[in-house]
Amino acid sequence: MMDITKLTAYETVKRIKSGEIGVKETLLSYLKKIEEREDLIKTFILIDRDRAIKKAEELDQLEHKEGLLFGLPVAIKDNINVYGYEATAGSKILKGYVSLYDASVVESIKRENGIILGKTNCDEFAMGSSTENSAFFPTRNPVNLEYVPGGSSGGSAACVAAEEVAIAIGSDTGGSIREPAAFCGVVGLKPTYGRVSRYGLIAFASSLDVIGPLSKDVRDAALMLNVIAGFDAHDETTVDIKVDDYLDILEGNIKGKKIGVIKEVMDFEVQKELKDALESSIQKLKGEGCEILEISIPYLKYALPSYYIIAPSEASSNLARFDGVRYGYESDGAYLREFYENTRTEGFGDEVKRRILIGTFALSEGYFEDYYLKASKVRRIIEMDFENAFEQVDALILPTTATTAFKLNEKKSPLEMYMTDIFTIPVNLAGLPAISVPAGTDKAGLPVGVQLVGKWFEEALLLRIAHHIEE
Amino acid sequence: MYKPTIGLEIHLQLMTESKIFCSCSTEFAAKPNTHICPVCIGLPGALPVLNEKVIEYGVMLGIALNCTINEVSSFYRKNYFYPDLPKGYQITQYAIPLAKDGFLEIVTENQRKMIRIEKAHIEEDSGKSIHTGDITESEYSFIDFNRSGVPLMEIVTYPDIESPDEAYEFLNLLRSIARYLGVSTGDMEKGALRCDVNISVSKDEVMGTKVEIKNLNSFRSVKRALEYEIKRQTKLIEEGRTVVKETRHFDEKDGTTKAMRTKEELNDYRYFPEPDLPPLIISGDFIEEIGQRIPELPNQKMRRFIEDYSLSIDYARSIAYVPSFSKYFESIIAFTGKPREVANFIMVNISNYLNETGKDIEEVPFGKEEFKELLDLIDSKIISLNIAKNVLDDSIRSGKSPSEIVREKGLSQVTDEDTLRSMIVEVLKENEMQVRQYLAGKTKVIGFLVGAVMKKSGGKANPDLVNKILLKELETLRQ
Repeated sequence: MMDITKLTAYETVKRIKSGEIGVKETLLSYLKKIEEREDLIKTFILIDRDRAIKKAEELDQLEHKEGLLFGLPVAIKDNINVYGYEATAGSKILKGYVSLYDASVVESIKRENGIILGKTNCDEFAMGSSTENSAFFPTRNPVNLEYVPGGSSGGSAACVAAEEVAIAIGSDTGGSIREPAAFCGVVGLKPTYGRVSRYGLIAFASSLDVIGPLSKDVRDAALMLNVIAGFDAHDETTVDIKVDDYLDILEGNIKGKKIGVIKEVMDFEVQKELKDALESSIQKLKGEGCEILEISIPYLKYALPSYYIIAPSEASSNLARFDGVRYGYESDGAYLREFYENTRTEGFGDEVKRRILIGTFALSEGYFEDYYLKASKVRRIIEMDFENAFEQVDALILPTTATTAFKLNEKKSPLEMYMTDIFTIPVNLAGLPAISVPAGTDKAGLPVGVQLVGKWFEEALLLRIAHHIEE
Repeated sequence: MYKPTIGLEIHLQLMTESKIFCSCSTEFAAKPNTHICPVCIGLPGALPVLNEKVIEYGVMLGIALNCTINEVSSFYRKNYFYPDLPKGYQITQYAIPLAKDGFLEIVTENQRKMIRIEKAHIEEDSGKSIHTGDITESEYSFIDFNRSGVPLMEIVTYPDIESPDEAYEFLNLLRSIARYLGVSTGDMEKGALRCDVNISVSKDEVMGTKVEIKNLNSFRSVKRALEYEIKRQTKLIEEGRTVVKETRHFDEKDGTTKAMRTKEELNDYRYFPEPDLPPLIISGDFIEEIGQRIPELPNQKMRRFIEDYSLSIDYARSIAYVPSFSKYFESIIAFTGKPREVANFIMVNISNYLNETGKDIEEVPFGKEEFKELLDLIDSKIISLNIAKNVLDDSIRSGKSPSEIVREKGLSQVTDEDTLRSMIVEVLKENEMQVRQYLAGKTKVIGFLVGAVMKKSGGKANPDLVNKILLKELETLRQ
């Protein structure tokens, strides 16, 4: 008998629509898989079997099987609001907060008849690269349980890799979709900033946060982007630019496309297997008739320091609302200030507090110009570096990470952890679309990812190129 | 002589139907926490979307305040913790405000004066904390988020104001302009207009130390607080003591200002650009279109009333500053002419009636037809101006027409010369002393004699005729 959980999301929807498999049947296959594996991997913070089954039964009754995601189980990162479910963003401070509304992406998924299966684990407020910063429990890499799945969308990456769900939604502020995708051997797409609504995404760094899919292949990423992309009246940072049919354009050739290799990437120490994987992807592109050019992003090395000023600055303000007054965790205190201090001291984890402190400092009077403002200028320069690059090429190719996944508790200092994102962060600073595609494994059998970066709002070409290099 | 230097910081609630960043209603005094949504109570993941009506109102007010409108302005976050500030920051404008470099010309005691406006920007209001009893002893507090996200325009003046009266007049004019534009009720009692003041006093060109005063709940409070503060600061300097740079609270009960705890002032708001909102871009066409919709403003109206109708400053201001008054006034004089007389009736008789009954001027049952009738009665000398006032008072209250009242009460003037002459002769007999004085050259007593005749006639004698006949009779006596 066919194992439904082996199918891609695209295949699953196709077969459900053709009547080959049922919606409930599909869902039960996934629930069974979850039952077998979840205890070891721990990807979900919340699973609502009953609500999902009820929805599946409803869909099975329908005569017309409409919707791009008809009957497809979808997992949502826990920093995204789903009506009626707790949304903790992996933080103790939001324990008990139940969403009163659907995020725009969730609304879109529901509209296309996808089934929300549950909420996935993540680093607290998406701050981290290993999902070890979750206030509840770490998630493990399904490929090898001793290793982290990456983060912060580690739960979403792991549940797709473990075939516990067909497709998952994550968020990417500095690499939080692409890095776990690379670590778990799945596809992770970070769309252009402004392409997908952030309404309902619990903000970490508003000018960098982007929602995107983690999927089994590029086609599935295209399918989900078809559902979630577009202008949203609830988010003024979304842009009203034509949304292509990303599935439609996937197959076309990429002959004559110019692909840039960033010179400065090799200034960093990169694991040998990742260099090899990059090289073989480049060879594939050449084989498809692409032209490979070396280009320069001179300010690449300043991306990380700039990011670690801008993101914490915005976070310090975004996280101010978690004060225990209206929802979530609430401590006590003899007077207001003490109440705030106790609530936030007990409610936030160390990494979150560290970033709030960095951000608060960077925005303070007398430091604003030297930190926040300078970092913003550097960000603008990096953006210009990319603008120049994209005058010469159609896409860039580089490793997603410098190493494959690391073991739980392996990275001791915050700085070591921050370095994990050196190749993903510059892309967020520039707001560009990027995708991580699996490209083999290292000696230890851990997945390797290759990253493609496209021009602003040109996800169509990006996906097409990615489709050509995926295995 | 110590000279005060005063600057104002005013918050005006813009009376849009929905809030600045969400579609919740701005209805005042609704049941607490009934006009709220994920955006205005700061639920995780909610995002602001700018209400275009707020821009329209903001631009309109900016133009009326003679400001330059920035075609590109931006939003910032002002970060601080307080329970009624649900996001932990207020979305406001900072580096580039919607409007800047304006002015208003005020008139006090016949003097015109320019008060420059530094900037006017749009922002969101916070929720409202309701404490049980005194804030320091309150066991717990309530928070009403209905007000959270109500649009405000903050207007900051340069320190061009030099007296409490000027401050009062500036606020009065500003409120009137807002009402004419229909962008704010300006009701200070309902919190639709809030005002903080900065004040220093100085003997010479060297500026004194600036003190900020908060908790001003009415125009009168602003004036009282400033008067008190001028005295307090002047006294400190005279005694050789120093004025401390601080924020003080006005105490409505005893009319004094008191220092606030300094801790409350040590706020670093950590302003930075609001990443959830793109820069606000307004086209020149839009600004022009809004500019064309601005009606004649109260200060222009007032000047016109003075110049064209010779109204006194006080009457011109009182009528011009209240849109319903000037609408009433202008609709009447367009029909009747005689603006001075009409203004008089409005400011004395009709104002009294409104005060007595608590009614609005729109409800006054004395329109242009009635005015025309009344003014015609005066013109044709059937009644005197004094009688006319009584007729008006009677007509508003009884609903009868002026001629009806004159007829029923027999108020027509006595114009029969024989009747008047006999009354005058009687008066002259009764006041021999005054007659002697008059004949001795003290002509001022004529006023007294006229008054006596008027009294005898029950006010109905035609004053012009009385004068004429009286003089003639006195001359006869001289011979």
